[in-house]
Amino acid sequence: MYALPAAPPPAPRRQLFVGTALACAAGTTLFGGLIALYLRFRQDALSVAGAEWKPAGIKVPDVPTNVMLIAFLFIGIFAQWAVYSARREQRTNTSLALGLVALLGLAVINSQAFVYRQMGAALRDGTYQTMFYALTGTFVALMIVGLVFTAVAALRYLGGRTSEREIISAHAMYWYFLSAMYVALWFVVYITK
Amino acid sequence: MTTIDPTVAGTGVDHVDAHSGERADGLLTSVADWITTTDHKKIGRLFIGASLLLLLAIATVGALLGIERIDGTTDLLDAGALPQLFSLFRLVLTFGVVVPFGIGLSLAVVPLQLGARSLAFPRLAAAGFWAWLLGTGMVIGSIIANGGPGGGDEKMVQLFLVSMALAVIGLVAAAGSVAVSVLTTRAPGMNMRRVPMYSWSALVHALGLLLALPVLFGVLVVLFIDHKYARTTFGGNVGIAEWLRVSASQPATLLYAVPVFGLALETVATATRKRLPMRGVGLIGIGLVGTALFAGVAQVDASLPRDIVDMQLGDALREIVPFALLNVLPLLGGVVVVLMFLLAAAGRPRIQSPMLFGFFGAGMVLVGAAGNAVAHIGDAQLTGTVFEEGAWIYVCYGTVLAMMGGIVYWGPKIWGRSIDDKKVLPLALLGVLATILASLPFYIAGFADQPAAGTLFDYSGPSELWNTLVAIGHGLMALTVLAFVGLAIQSFTKGALAGDDPWDGQTLEWATSSPAPGDNFADVHIISSAEPLLDLKPDRSEGAA
Repeated sequence: MYALPAAPPPAPRRQLFVGTALACAAGTTLFGGLIALYLRFRQDALSVAGAEWKPAGIKVPDVPTNVMLIAFLFIGIFAQWAVYSARREQRTNTSLALGLVALLGLAVINSQAFVYRQMGAALRDGTYQTMFYALTGTFVALMIVGLVFTAVAALRYLGGRTSEREIISAHAMYWYFLSAMYVALWFVVYITK
Repeated sequence: MTTIDPTVAGTGVDHVDAHSGERADGLLTSVADWITTTDHKKIGRLFIGASLLLLLAIATVGALLGIERIDGTTDLLDAGALPQLFSLFRLVLTFGVVVPFGIGLSLAVVPLQLGARSLAFPRLAAAGFWAWLLGTGMVIGSIIANGGPGGGDEKMVQLFLVSMALAVIGLVAAAGSVAVSVLTTRAPGMNMRRVPMYSWSALVHALGLLLALPVLFGVLVVLFIDHKYARTTFGGNVGIAEWLRVSASQPATLLYAVPVFGLALETVATATRKRLPMRGVGLIGIGLVGTALFAGVAQVDASLPRDIVDMQLGDALREIVPFALLNVLPLLGGVVVVLMFLLAAAGRPRIQSPMLFGFFGAGMVLVGAAGNAVAHIGDAQLTGTVFEEGAWIYVCYGTVLAMMGGIVYWGPKIWGRSIDDKKVLPLALLGVLATILASLPFYIAGFADQPAAGTLFDYSGPSELWNTLVAIGHGLMALTVLAFVGLAIQSFTKGALAGDDPWDGQTLEWATSSPAPGDNFADVHIISSAEPLLDLKPDRSEGAA
């Protein structure tokens, strides 16, 4: 046994924040890989003269996809509002901000479901459909994770752990990550198609 | 004071709860304790134990495949099942043994090295283990039931894809726990330059897995959707192996071998009882090996085309840069680490089995990395031959060998008892022999154009000899693992009690009692160098920090 000098308990090193940052990095490579596959197959399809990538019969509805983009802008604002309020121990404002994030998150999932319904693309029909559903489906799964994160953060905060502001910051970072992923998805799948 | 109040009664090795001091009696209690444990040492042991059992099984499969290749007409194995068995061998050895073995050792050891009382997100790591175990079990089950790459039962093929994704998620979860631990739970004074070599390699390994494996997960998602619905793009069941190939072959597998290099440097420093010279270079070398993650993230391998000498300079550079980035950079990192090992070993180290396991393991991985670089040179004409399989075996078995050294080295801290150095030393030599026999003949047969993953071939040369040697190599590896597991069980249950610092170590894990109590350290330590224990041994504290 060695007599090393004992230290006072170290300050918390923001484990949740660091963990969320790494999760976001992992999510970025996951999503980046899927987008790369989408672009590769699109390039392969379009390299053949007269061939098409997105079947002509499939129409991507512009309005809900743009509404989702705007929703993410506000989600970022509300998530940061939650951080701002939590730092000032404004419990009501923090709760309201987290609630709005959850509401808009649900709205985005609803819009995505509407897009699926409007497009009417069947999974069995080809490569475009496979890649479209893989990309958007993965994104919806990440959205659901985000909603669970919001619920946990809200419940912990409302449960009285108002001093634990790290989870609110980590929560905001996760939604920024989702916003960035949606911008990429929106540009690749819904704009350049 | 660092004096740990041993929460261990009697012999010092009975399992007693660190906080309550109560004994965990009864089989049911014990099983429940293992299933729900959040003790990083137990989670690590679960990973290590499961990996070793899988290694035993998969080395046997390797031996059977080797026998089948001696004479393709022996019909030892069902010809229709051969593609699936080759896939089983590759996927299970990579994702069922090599990756989880490294993660398991990191989970067990890294918090102790960092002076931390616990792992970051221990429940995540435990969930990761169970997800990986369930996923790996279902991968094996689905392949046996005619699923997997090239499988004929479509439901089982889909089960294989889902199971593989589950196993990948489990590995990512455990890797995340290791990475966050190194980034956030270091003892006061332990900046990143003072992180022990093994913990540094564990960080590089974990970060690489965190970035590379999600891409593999994405590929599995797309493969599943395509196989279940469209089957238009990815080649159906036959195409699966091709899409999974990058993640289970070089250079991506070099990422999975990163902890080997940390272990080699850690053990040589302990054996020489001196501070590691040019520590920063070692950190850089390990980081360079970690650049193998580029291949996993980009899902590509880059070869030098055969006509590169006839190219314009600009075109040649466009070919050389990706080749160097993906194949040469990790090799360079490995060379740097091995040179550092030799430099440190010039200080007349004590001959200890962990150091030899580490050296042999790093050497084998390095030979595999060199083989990978050669295999990607077009003029060598090795594409599609068993040469690549030889390099892959070098990397995988080399990693396994080094990780066994890790068990010998840190076993006393985890179990409280030591493995007899004289008994385990021959196993290190046997493991090296097994690795060389299982891989080197394929380097030769590759140049003779023996095709990969096939049993029927015809080339001039002693093909039967090469394939016989490979089969013997796999058999010897199974034997080595069996003997090692037997010796480890005997030593860790009935062996000699280990002292708190049996190797005369330099890093924080040797400051606590053996076995380490549930919360590792009674006090948090302040450290002022990369070798905090050496600072307390003034007769041997020469050299700069």
